[in-house]
Amino acid sequence: MKVLIAKPGLDGHDRGAKVVAQALRDAGVEVVYSGLKRTPDEIVRAAIQEDVDVVGLSVLSGAHVLLSRRVLEGLRAHGAGEVRVVVGGIIPPRDVEELRKLGVARVFPMGTPLPDIVAAFTKEARET
Amino acid sequence: MKELRTHAGFPIKPLYGPEDLADVDVGRDIGRPGEYPFTRGIHSTMYRERLWTMRQYVGFGTPTETNGRFKYLMAHGQDALNVAFDLPTQLGLDSDDPRAEGEVGRVGMAIDTLADMEDAFAGIPLDRVSVSLTINGMAAPITAMYYVVAEKQGAAADRVVTTPQNDILKEFVARGTWIYPVEPSLRLVADLVEFSAKRYPRSNPVSVCGYHIREAGCTTAQEMAYGLLIAAAYIERMLARGISVDDFAPRISFNFTAWGKIFEEVAKFRAGRRLYARMLRERFGATNPKSWMFRTLIGGGGSAFVVQEPENNIVRGAYIALAAALAGAQTMALPTYDEAYTIPSAKAQLIALRTMQICAEESGAADTVDPLGGSYYVEALTSAMETEILEEMARVERMGGIVEAVKSGALQAEVARQAYRFEQKLASGEIPKVGANCHVGDTPAAADREVELYASDPQVAAAQIARLERIRRDRDGGAVARALARLRDEARAAGNLMDPIVEAVKAYATLGEIARALKDVFGEHKEPVKF
Repeated sequence: MKVLIAKPGLDGHDRGAKVVAQALRDAGVEVVYSGLKRTPDEIVRAAIQEDVDVVGLSVLSGAHVLLSRRVLEGLRAHGAGEVRVVVGGIIPPRDVEELRKLGVARVFPMGTPLPDIVAAFTKEARET
Repeated sequence: MKELRTHAGFPIKPLYGPEDLADVDVGRDIGRPGEYPFTRGIHSTMYRERLWTMRQYVGFGTPTETNGRFKYLMAHGQDALNVAFDLPTQLGLDSDDPRAEGEVGRVGMAIDTLADMEDAFAGIPLDRVSVSLTINGMAAPITAMYYVVAEKQGAAADRVVTTPQNDILKEFVARGTWIYPVEPSLRLVADLVEFSAKRYPRSNPVSVCGYHIREAGCTTAQEMAYGLLIAAAYIERMLARGISVDDFAPRISFNFTAWGKIFEEVAKFRAGRRLYARMLRERFGATNPKSWMFRTLIGGGGSAFVVQEPENNIVRGAYIALAAALAGAQTMALPTYDEAYTIPSAKAQLIALRTMQICAEESGAADTVDPLGGSYYVEALTSAMETEILEEMARVERMGGIVEAVKSGALQAEVARQAYRFEQKLASGEIPKVGANCHVGDTPAAADREVELYASDPQVAAAQIARLERIRRDRDGGAVARALARLRDEARAAGNLMDPIVEAVKAYATLGEIARALKDVFGEHKEPVKF
């Protein structure tokens, strides 16, 4: 199982992304971390190049809907629609459904316990 | 008996007594408030003469909307402003840049040109209020805009009190609004400090932040250690320019959190003041007592707050305010209870302001100077924190010093490692959070009913872009081109860039144009990705 943890957009808060990346690595998952301020296009290319099962997007600026849509569209356009996309960050409850409709497999709003996030990644990877 | 530890990691005894102060020399280590080494506070009378400044972090949407919220808070007794900018502004992107899509006016107000800054401060006399600008990579041009607005209002330069954050080193470690590589970024920090010291004597041109590094996951001792090292790095840059330490050090200020264990937080600040005073006097040879003073904003730290049962965060905020008061804050700011969900509502912001006012007026925490001084526990903790901070500073020196540790990413990796350890302690319950990992209610809180969610208005970006286009059309394009060409030329040389930046600002060059001119010369930072 291989995962790309990515920070799309301009948001510079990477604590959550790095914590999740470390937890996944400890759980035996191969993890690639994009670094800050990647464009959706860069994330799509990295996901394909690294041949990951799951892309985890971390967004705390409020731009999660737009950025998730761009990444999902990009993956489909490049024939990589089977890659699962999950999203975490400051995601208000009202946006969870909207993200799911776009095709986001799982949403981890604020306060999601770390073990739940790790379990969800593992489950998504098994289903790809 | 259960073992308990500070957030710095050392054990806490069940009881402290005189034997714990055996190594403390009262005259040398504690002294009197207002006197070197300032352990008990930087002023002799502290809050009896002047309360801390209350300064909430505000900014969203267009400059005009933000201007309205500023006036609302000032009408309720807030005496100073702290401006939040949106991410495109913080990163030097115009509102119509493709990379700004979805981010305009979202986490702060959007500034494209001087005209926006004029709107943001319309009707706010800049010779009478003090304004913090939370801006780092773009501190030089944004502060230049602020100075120009003040000048246009007719404010005398020596009456202008502004605190641009201008702390780029911590941006590389936490918060992430870096733009240029480390070295030219440090040059811009020093340019603004030098320019302000010469022309705007009451401005505080750098606010060194431990706050954001702590928010990114480091410990209390690391927060202070890294802050002190960052301050030292800036001081060294200024000295290398041949500027005397007493010509700028009195205007250096700090920005830290106080969200953990109250007594540990108080000890952290008491130890930090002592260490900073000694560093400035002994290592840098400062002779003006004002250069020795660790003047600090103490803020909340949203990471203290939890998403479950958000109204409990109001109570957490009150304890943070108490810790900040007992720690001797010059300025205070609290996170709002709804911060884990949304851009703060006006109601949440008013509650945070009221919390500080209640602490100031009702609690008695401000009645006497350093009320915890002399406590066996707090004095022992202060000494232990000092030792711990010095050890953390030595660790960074072993990484090659703070600038090298930032360039290599070693410091970022250490902070990420601490963030992960903290998360594991939350998961195990070692660090308790009521409502989240202990005393968990049986009904999940209907949080979205308890907080008023900020709805970002799609019209904001459209309005901002329309205004930007109008200004591009109406300005003197020749003057803009000349100013930007001069900026590029001077960036290639070694001189101070503030004058050419001011010229570009006055010509209504956009922030994106100014940022790009510097990018043409400096290039862009490449993040050392480590976790």
